[in-house]
Amino acid sequence: MKSLKILVVLTLLLVVSAFAITQIDTFESGYEVGDVATDFSLKNVNGTLVSLADFEEAKGFILVFTCNTCPFAIANEDRIIALDKQFKSKGYPVIAINPNNPEVQPGDSYEAMQERAREKGFTFPYLFDENQEIYPQYGATKTPHVYILQKEGASLMVRYIGAIDDSARDEATVTKRFVVDAVEALLAGKPVEPSNTKAIGCSIKA
Amino acid sequence: MRSYLILLVAFLSLGCTNATKGRELPKPLKVLEEQRYELAVYDFDHFEPFLTVNDKDVVRVVNFWATWCKPCLAELPAFETLHEKYKDKKVEVILVSLDFPDQVQEKLIPFILKNQLKSDVILLDDPHGDVWIPKVSEDWSGAIPATVLISSEEYRFYERTFEYPALEHELLSFKSDFND
Repeated sequence: MKSLKILVVLTLLLVVSAFAITQIDTFESGYEVGDVATDFSLKNVNGTLVSLADFEEAKGFILVFTCNTCPFAIANEDRIIALDKQFKSKGYPVIAINPNNPEVQPGDSYEAMQERAREKGFTFPYLFDENQEIYPQYGATKTPHVYILQKEGASLMVRYIGAIDDSARDEATVTKRFVVDAVEALLAGKPVEPSNTKAIGCSIKA
Repeated sequence: MRSYLILLVAFLSLGCTNATKGRELPKPLKVLEEQRYELAVYDFDHFEPFLTVNDKDVVRVVNFWATWCKPCLAELPAFETLHEKYKDKKVEVILVSLDFPDQVQEKLIPFILKNQLKSDVILLDDPHGDVWIPKVSEDWSGAIPATVLISSEEYRFYERTFEYPALEHELLSFKSDFND
């Protein structure tokens, strides 16, 4: 009789823990389009702390998880600069975030970020996710990985997740400019379509 | 005239064996050569047959990697060990490089030769990831490394890195009845 009790308790424990594991999985997958995004306070390459709340005039943001070392990130640098140039004045500035751990990827250290930003003449903040707490909240898995956010009252709504365009490696073969189309749709008050796209990228180094 | 044709066909098929190591691979888009090494190059349409296995004894292990991807290089030895141990048991390890086409001659092929990779290595050269990544798996964000295990009955996708014990464990949980 006693062993039956133990068995019941053990079974219950097993079922409960199975549910707990499923929930952790869902949590880890990060944002989906339509979710409310978190603000943050991260160190910019110029030494200042940057939050999205600092940009009072902005209508939203083109948030790009990117880095110095990934060939796909490098192949997209000029396109990211062009996005900032095209949309900052229209209310959608680029905010770049390096999510990589420099102990695993030395080329993505804060000093290397400063150097890269200077070399390329970045016109946007290039922030360091030093504690690696922000990219998991967003659910970013790779560089580059774009999240377009739109202000709605006090909330930051996720409107697009994915690639910059349909040819990450080579700008010459681009046929669809996903991010350009998405921001223009938002500016025109239209729905973003497609709102989820994919591209090959480098896994984030944790 | 006819015998010339036969000769020509025989000559051409001789030239192909290097890239395919004797086993029949789906027809590539083209073959690139460097240092006498022949690399089969696929766009996604030509590559797609790799994702289907008809022979019920075969397990295909497809690993997406690139020479610029550090965690990919770290796990390559696990795939090579798997190939070595199970190649006679109808396990086909295919290393699908996503290296940039302009680095094939200077980086990819020298890497393959230097490390004497024994598994089949092919190049997937298709810039439109948004179209083909979901066809490999809806669960794939596009980050590499990524791996697929395929049999005639099952298809399992992994966006993660493997060390050998975990990789072999996955293979054995996929198909355990290998004849010794």
